[in-house]
Amino acid sequence: MTGTVDPTIVNLIVFVLAVFVGYHVVWTVTPALHTPLMSVTNAISSVIIVGAILAAGPAQIDFGSVIGAVAVALAAVNVFGGFLVTRRMLEMFKKKEPKAEKKAEAKAGH
Amino acid sequence: MTANQVALWYLVASVFFILALKGLSHPSTARRGNLFGIIGMVIAVLVTLALTKNIAMIVLAIAIGGAIGAVVAKRVEMTQMPELVAAMHSLVGMAAVLIAIAAVNNPASIGIPVPMPTGNKLELFIGSFVGAVTFSGSVIAFGKLAGLGKSFRLFSSAPVVFKGQHMLNLLLAIVMVAFGVWFFLADAPGHWFPFLVMLAIAFVLGVLIIIPIGGADMPVVISMLNSYSGWAAAGIGFSLNNPMLIIAGSLVGSSGAILSYIMCKAMNRSFINVILGGFGAAEGVAAGSAEQRSVKSGSSDDAAFIMGNAESVIIVPGYGLAVSRAQHAVKELAHALTEKGVNVRYAIHPVAGRMPGHMNVLLAEAEVPYDQVFEMEDINSEFGTADVALILGANDVVNPLALKPGSPIHGMPILDAYKAKTVIVNKRSMATGYAGLDNELFYMDKTMMVFGDAKKVVEDMVKALE
Repeated sequence: MTGTVDPTIVNLIVFVLAVFVGYHVVWTVTPALHTPLMSVTNAISSVIIVGAILAAGPAQIDFGSVIGAVAVALAAVNVFGGFLVTRRMLEMFKKKEPKAEKKAEAKAGH
Repeated sequence: MTANQVALWYLVASVFFILALKGLSHPSTARRGNLFGIIGMVIAVLVTLALTKNIAMIVLAIAIGGAIGAVVAKRVEMTQMPELVAAMHSLVGMAAVLIAIAAVNNPASIGIPVPMPTGNKLELFIGSFVGAVTFSGSVIAFGKLAGLGKSFRLFSSAPVVFKGQHMLNLLLAIVMVAFGVWFFLADAPGHWFPFLVMLAIAFVLGVLIIIPIGGADMPVVISMLNSYSGWAAAGIGFSLNNPMLIIAGSLVGSSGAILSYIMCKAMNRSFINVILGGFGAAEGVAAGSAEQRSVKSGSSDDAAFIMGNAESVIIVPGYGLAVSRAQHAVKELAHALTEKGVNVRYAIHPVAGRMPGHMNVLLAEAEVPYDQVFEMEDINSEFGTADVALILGANDVVNPLALKPGSPIHGMPILDAYKAKTVIVNKRSMATGYAGLDNELFYMDKTMMVFGDAKKVVEDMVKALE
């Protein structure tokens, strides 16, 4: 056996292992949190923004970098929207504090 | 920064993404999990920004997109989560397509050698067509969820089917792959034509794949598109040789696939059966011809009286409850009953609501403590000892017909509400559920129907209890 391993093969190895990790991690997610799971995975898949940033990266602005910048904006909607809406949902799942505290909080909030 | 440093930072971000999903295993660790996700994303974006020269334009784009995302996240109603998620899937798909176009336009800008090796072309092909299917499929799903069917037929929540549909899809897929092969073989700039034709076909395919799927199967569709958006990200990761994108994409892809599986199982449908679509159209007609049968109906006051004297009540919320925004009223009802010493619990069917876990979020929004909320497997054995099962806007998920061999929903796991001593059902009318089937439960001797809008009925019950 000679030569180096093709990068595509390395990627394939990473891919297969990551699918296994994903499979096992996701099965541990409690069904009650499946909606937040979906919104947070949405935000995570928006890490595609990295590709968009690279495409928008070259110093001179041309067709490719403008397309890239549009992709950056689209992915950014998801990054912010996904994480923030997940946080909003998860706040609702907070264990309820004793009543007195909650009232004080409500007063402070309004 | 050297390439090695960048790769290591990406590894750190990937680990944070895995920890983010891991955190969701329990509500108490979930918020920390979300924070891990944010940290991972910040690392990924900052490291990548350091590699580019056009920072002002990129930061501007992030600011615009981020502001829109933040406003939407703050304003969206919890009942609209399925629409929001569908819309976000479409954005991931579109971003993947745009990145692929930018890559074909100038491979060097994102680190692909010129002329583009065939391997990278294959990966770009996969990334872009999955992205395109995700985009147009999600747009259709969004339209169906948002109820835009009246203004545009493709958005109809009833399945849109025509003769030869599956053959057409297959044919289009083959033609698309043929153009993909042409794209591999062609050199720049001749590869633009096959690439764009391939993209156009993929957009059309996305529409055709989703239109035959009926409104009842939306939880599966959303999960499936969730999965696709992950695979699209992974595909782009392959073409950019970026392991972090591959890892994040595969996590999301497998997450969506598992959710699709769970939803299919909860509806006792095979995945293939859902994808081929058309469910809910034929059966709906058959149910219309069912003979009129009498049911026992009562008022909210009667129902409140029965529940007030019960020892334990199990509430079965369905989508009808969410539609009439009755979750807060239900919480008041549970509170009033608890004050009287009644043990109140909630039973959630996996497909209650319009997306996985939707009902849990709606109840959490109404500040129902999550230790009162039980999944189907955990509470089904309790119905036998419960005095009252209160069914609010749910239908198919409590239909005992599922236990009868030969019925269209035979084998579908249901909540055993029919085992409770008394069953109180609130519905707007005797209309059938998504499956289009009559529900035996409504005709049982121990069942009392309370007709009316869920919110109004529940509020009346609370008043009667006080």
